[in-house]
Amino acid sequence: MAGVAMTPCGDFRESYRADTTIFPTRLSRAFAIAGVALLCLVPLTGDRYLLSLMIQAGYLGIAALGLNVLVGFTGQISIGHAAFFGVGAFSSAWLVEHGIPVALAIPLAGVMTTAVGMVFGLPAARLKGLYLAIATLAAQFIIEDFFARARWFTGGVAGRVTEPFTLFGLRFDSNETYFYVVLFYVVVMFLSAANLMRTRDGRALVAVRDHYLSAEMMGINLTYYRTLSFGLSSFYAGIGGALYAHYLLFVSVEAFNILFSIQFLAMIIIGGLGSVMGSMMGAVFMTVLPEVVQWFADALAGSPIDRALGLGAAVSYLREMTIGAAIVLFLIFEPDGLAHRWRLIKAYWKLYPFSH
Amino acid sequence: MNWELLFQLALNGLIVGALYGVVAMSFVLIYKASQVVNFAQGEFLLIGAWACWWLLTTFQMPFVLAFLVTLAFMTVFGIVLQVVVLRPLIGEPVISVIMVTIGLSIFFQALMKWMFGVFAQPFPRIFEADRVNVAGLEVQTVYLLSLAISVVIMGAFAWFFTVSKHGLAMRATAFDQQVAQSLGISVRQVFAMSWAISAVVSAVAGVVVGVVNGVSSALSFYGIKVFPAVILGGLDSVVGAVLGGLIVGVLENVAHFFDSEVLHWGNMFQIAPFYVLVLILMIKPYGLFGTRNIERV
Repeated sequence: MAGVAMTPCGDFRESYRADTTIFPTRLSRAFAIAGVALLCLVPLTGDRYLLSLMIQAGYLGIAALGLNVLVGFTGQISIGHAAFFGVGAFSSAWLVEHGIPVALAIPLAGVMTTAVGMVFGLPAARLKGLYLAIATLAAQFIIEDFFARARWFTGGVAGRVTEPFTLFGLRFDSNETYFYVVLFYVVVMFLSAANLMRTRDGRALVAVRDHYLSAEMMGINLTYYRTLSFGLSSFYAGIGGALYAHYLLFVSVEAFNILFSIQFLAMIIIGGLGSVMGSMMGAVFMTVLPEVVQWFADALAGSPIDRALGLGAAVSYLREMTIGAAIVLFLIFEPDGLAHRWRLIKAYWKLYPFSH
Repeated sequence: MNWELLFQLALNGLIVGALYGVVAMSFVLIYKASQVVNFAQGEFLLIGAWACWWLLTTFQMPFVLAFLVTLAFMTVFGIVLQVVVLRPLIGEPVISVIMVTIGLSIFFQALMKWMFGVFAQPFPRIFEADRVNVAGLEVQTVYLLSLAISVVIMGAFAWFFTVSKHGLAMRATAFDQQVAQSLGISVRQVFAMSWAISAVVSAVAGVVVGVVNGVSSALSFYGIKVFPAVILGGLDSVVGAVLGGLIVGVLENVAHFFDSEVLHWGNMFQIAPFYVLVLILMIKPYGLFGTRNIERV
């Protein structure tokens, strides 16, 4: 899908290698590096509110990318992503409790979540479409129930307190410092996902999505790739969850409900199914949306509309409603998501004075 | 072991299961006719029950009138939902359709919470809450009434699908849309009608539950309990839906019994059906009565 973007003239791709680079032109690579460098400067502004939003968008974006690998690339579906996100968060907190340093616990939590994901992924290998949707829905409820019950793992109803990220004696316990940890993981995870799509495995996943029977005839092992994509998506969810745990330093049992799972789905729909960057756009959108609703309610506070509808007390419902409405509206009017809109904007400026 | 309690719970399960069966039937109706998996089925119950409650308490309408107005409203609601939201998605992948109904589900759930609050509201007293003695067990009359209503709805469904012209048209559409269309059946009408009927029947179930237990956002959980029921029975089987509903209803109560007597795990009432669901998906994903899907290239 990334290859559809318009390329400047004179850019001839003479080998497969040239056709499958992550960044289509040298300029786009320079822009990406400059963008990351610019992000590194954000903590210097000292705007804690902005930083906390960006950190949120970062770990949610990583988990959303995992879901996008599953839904957007492989054509499977999961309504239990928040449960796996939760497994990651609790695993990391549990590992830290058992004396493993946080820096190591985060990737290990990803691995543990992968293991859990594989258990639920095995039936997934035989299922697709709505059967899989229902199976993952069941996984969501079963894991949620497990969280509430497994006191040794999650701390039960009280939740689990965990420690901040430390590396070489440095404590990353403020927004300004933790931002770099999240940024590091975002860059690594997004680059590896973009890279995955250039490999045989990545193309196999897309083939499974586009036509699983043809894919099987071409020698792609369906069971293997469906389980692989489930495992990958759980790994990403686990990393995202672990980052979440060491940011908030407290993991609550109730956090990982079905609404959270639906928010992940909303992120990838809004961002664009099957788009690596879209996952991040969706995560940013879903992080900013509640703030906009809050801001909107604050702006209207005291006005006749507010008095008639009681907006102030209903902000949490309004947020849920906007999430639901965003899913429906995007699927009807912009099924390719923000990533597609972004491509259109880029194409427009490329031809700027003479666009038709 | 407390056998009398077990028996009582099993009977409760049967009664609740009949309601699950009704909701599952209306779920299967939509799935059969328009191949849409409706994750917003529980919200139909919720909206119907709240609408009826609102009419009863705010306008002091007699119950029968309020009930009829609710049904009329749900008919319109179902049709509008199908035309405005689902129709543009015809031909889109299954995943998109599933996600649209999920979006609808959380939208309406939040809307209902906003409009009516999060607390359970009792229905105004409609029937004298007597208890009758059935085979040595105390049973509330409302429960018996709900069982009777469920049976009537199931009978109506059976009549609709085997005798009435519209029902036959719906079955034909479910079988093959192109052939049905070439025989002069308006597929659009069938789709809209299936949503309208499904919304109405779910609303009836919602009102019944509301009369028995009060209206609250917990009603939408019926929409999720539907999944174990329909998967157990087979997604495209009306009979299977009814049976699946009954089994799930009995199962959760029996699981609750063993949980409180023996296991002490807690919360089995909610979770047991989902364990069964995962098992069935592994062993027999097409359910007891569902048709096996054979896909050709």
